[in-house]
Amino acid sequence: MEKSEMKDFTPIVHNEENILEVNGLKKYFPIKGGFFNTVVGQVKAIDGISFHIKRGTTMGLVGESGCGKTTTGRAILRLGGEKTAGQVLFNGREVYDIPKNEMNEMRTKMQIIFQDPFSSLSPRLPVGEIIGEAVKEHKLVPMNEYEEYIDKIMDECGLQPFHKGRYPHEFSGGQRQRICIARALALNPEFVVCDEPVSALDVSIQAQVINLLEDLQEKFKLTYLFISHDLSVVEHISDTVGVMYLGNIVEFGDTKDLFANPLHPYTKALFSAIPIPDPEAKMSRIILEGSIPSPANPPSGCKFHTRCKECMKICKNKVPEKKDMGNGHIVYCHLYDDVKGAE
Amino acid sequence: MKKYIIKRLLWSVLILFIVAFLLYILMRSLPTSYLEQIARQKSQQPGSKTFEEWMQQLEATYGMDKGIVPGFFAWLSKAVRGDFGDSWKYTVPVTRKFTEVVGISFWMGLIVMVLEMLISIPLGIIAATKQYSATDNAISILALAGISLPTFFTASLLKLIFSVKLGWFDLNGLVGRNYDFLSPMGQKMDIAMHLVLPIITLLIASIGAYMRYIRTNMLEVLSSDYIRTARAKGLSERRVIYHHAFRNTLITLVTIWGTSLPGLFSGAMITEQLFSIPGIGYTSYQAMISGDIPFSMFYLVFIAALTLVGNLITDILYAVVDPRVRIA
Repeated sequence: MEKSEMKDFTPIVHNEENILEVNGLKKYFPIKGGFFNTVVGQVKAIDGISFHIKRGTTMGLVGESGCGKTTTGRAILRLGGEKTAGQVLFNGREVYDIPKNEMNEMRTKMQIIFQDPFSSLSPRLPVGEIIGEAVKEHKLVPMNEYEEYIDKIMDECGLQPFHKGRYPHEFSGGQRQRICIARALALNPEFVVCDEPVSALDVSIQAQVINLLEDLQEKFKLTYLFISHDLSVVEHISDTVGVMYLGNIVEFGDTKDLFANPLHPYTKALFSAIPIPDPEAKMSRIILEGSIPSPANPPSGCKFHTRCKECMKICKNKVPEKKDMGNGHIVYCHLYDDVKGAE
Repeated sequence: MKKYIIKRLLWSVLILFIVAFLLYILMRSLPTSYLEQIARQKSQQPGSKTFEEWMQQLEATYGMDKGIVPGFFAWLSKAVRGDFGDSWKYTVPVTRKFTEVVGISFWMGLIVMVLEMLISIPLGIIAATKQYSATDNAISILALAGISLPTFFTASLLKLIFSVKLGWFDLNGLVGRNYDFLSPMGQKMDIAMHLVLPIITLLIASIGAYMRYIRTNMLEVLSSDYIRTARAKGLSERRVIYHHAFRNTLITLVTIWGTSLPGLFSGAMITEQLFSIPGIGYTSYQAMISGDIPFSMFYLVFIAALTLVGNLITDILYAVVDPRVRIA
C-alpha cells in the first residue's frame, strides 16, 4: 500500500453524542493468483467511507448487492481480519487498537444479527446454550440468576422459555431470527449491527421482527446500524440513511431529507424502484444501464460515471468531494460542485 | 429406536445370506483347488491310484461332490449352528484356529486405531486453523507422502533403517530367538518390540487420510456462519475451535471410526505378511492362496457381518452426536 493512500483521511475528534464514528474506512481483499500464488490485485470492498451514528438512533445502509454493505458491518465489528485504512471509533475508542484479550469483552457491547438465521446458529447446540453461552463466558449475571436471565431474554424476544432445550432445526425462520436477536441482546449490547435481518424471512414475519427490533431499541436504548436492500424497511426504521455504491457512500442524511429530496443520481434511480402500493399509479422508474462494475478494477473518477445518466466530463477524471447540502445531508457528486452548500 | 434396530438387524441377516452365497460361488470357482493339489501329489506316489480316482475319493470325503447350490446349503445349515468345519490347510476346527490368531491382530489394530486418532486429530485441527501456513503445508505434504507410499515400501524402508542399520528391532516374526528362555514380563516386552515396526508402517499409511479428512471438515465448519456468530459473541478462540467447530466435525469422525471397527478383526493382510506376524490377516491369506474353502468362507463371512454391524453402530452413533438425526 502506498503511503499517500494510507493518509487519505484526516483523523476526527470524537463527539460525545456519537456512539460510532467511521472515518475514511477502507477494507481491501487481496486477489491471489499466478504460479507462486502472489497478490495480483485488490478487491476494494470498502473504499474510504465515513459516517457517524448518534446514540440511540438507527442508521440505515442501503445499496445493491455487492456494494460492500455487509463488509462494512463486519469491518466495524472487526470480524474478519484487519482494516486496510481509516478509523472506526466506538465510544471514542479505536476498535482496531483494542488488544486481543480486551476485544472479547468489548464484543459484548457491539453485537451483530446476521442475515441468514438458518446457517448462523450452530446445529449442535440447544437454543438455551446458544443464547446463554457468552453470558456465562463473560460472567454477565451471577450464576444463580442465570436461568432466570435467559428466560427473561427469551420472553422479551417473543420466544417460549421452555424451548430452551430444543435445537435450532426445530424452529421456523422467524423464530430462528428471534433466537439470533435474543442471542445478541443477552450480552446487553449498546450497539447492534443488523445485517439484512429480515431479508431471509416471509413478508408477514418481516413486520413482526422489525416491530420487535423497534420495541427492543426503545426498551434497552439500543443503537442500530440497519443494513438492507429493502428501501421501504429502511425508510420505516431509520433515523439516518447512507447510500452505498461500489464501496463508497454516495449520499448520507436524515431519512426524511433523503427520501423527500434525493440528490445523487444513483439514489434517485434506487428510490424510483420502490413499489407504490397502488396498481393504478404510474411509476417513473429510472432504469440503470449495464451492471455494477468490478470492485477489483473500479472506474476512474466518480465510480458511478459508467452508468450515470448525467455524466459530465469531470466525472471521469476527478473523484467528487464531500458536499454538505445543509442539515447534515451529504452528497458526493459533481452536479452539486457549484451549488452553494452549508459550508 | 428399538424397532429401528430390529428392522436393521433383519435386513442385515438377508444381506449376509446373499453375501455368503456370492462368496461361496467365488470360492468354488477359484482356479487354485486344494483338492486337486492333494490328488496330484498322491497320484504321483509309486503304485498309487490315478489322479481321477483320487479326486473322486477326496471330493466325497470333503463334501465337494455336490453342486455349488446344494454345497452352499450344506455349508449354511452347519454354519448357522456354529459349525464351520475343519480347516483343510491347518487341520484344526476353523473357529479354533481363528481364536488362536485373531488376538494379536486385534491388539495391533487397537493400538493403531488409538494412536491414529491421537495423532491425526490434533494435526488436522492445527492444519485447518493455520490454513496455508508453513505448518499446514508441512503437515499436508507429509500426509500425502504417507497416503501415497505403499506399505511394502515403507515397511522395507523401516526395516532397512531400524533393523539392518541400527539393529534395534528384528526383521520379522512375532517373537525373538530366545523367547522361550525369557520371563513372562520379558516375553511380553519381546512381542511388543516386534510389533513396533508393523504398527509404525500401518500408522504412516493411515494417518494421512484421517488427517486430511479432519482438516477438510474443520475448514468447512470454520468458514460457516455460526462460527462467525461464535466469534461475534466474543468467545475465546479456544472455545470457538474446540466447542463449536470440533463438535461439528465429530459427526464425520464417527462415520470413519464406525466403518473402521471391523478392521480390528480383519487384520492387516499386507503388513502382517511383510513382517511375518501370524495374525488373522497372515493366516487367512495363506488359507486363501492354498484354496482352503472352510477357513476362507468363515473369515470372509465374518468380515461381512462385522461391516454390517459397524454400519449399524455408525448410524446409531450419528443420532447420539447429531441432534438433527432422530431415528424413528
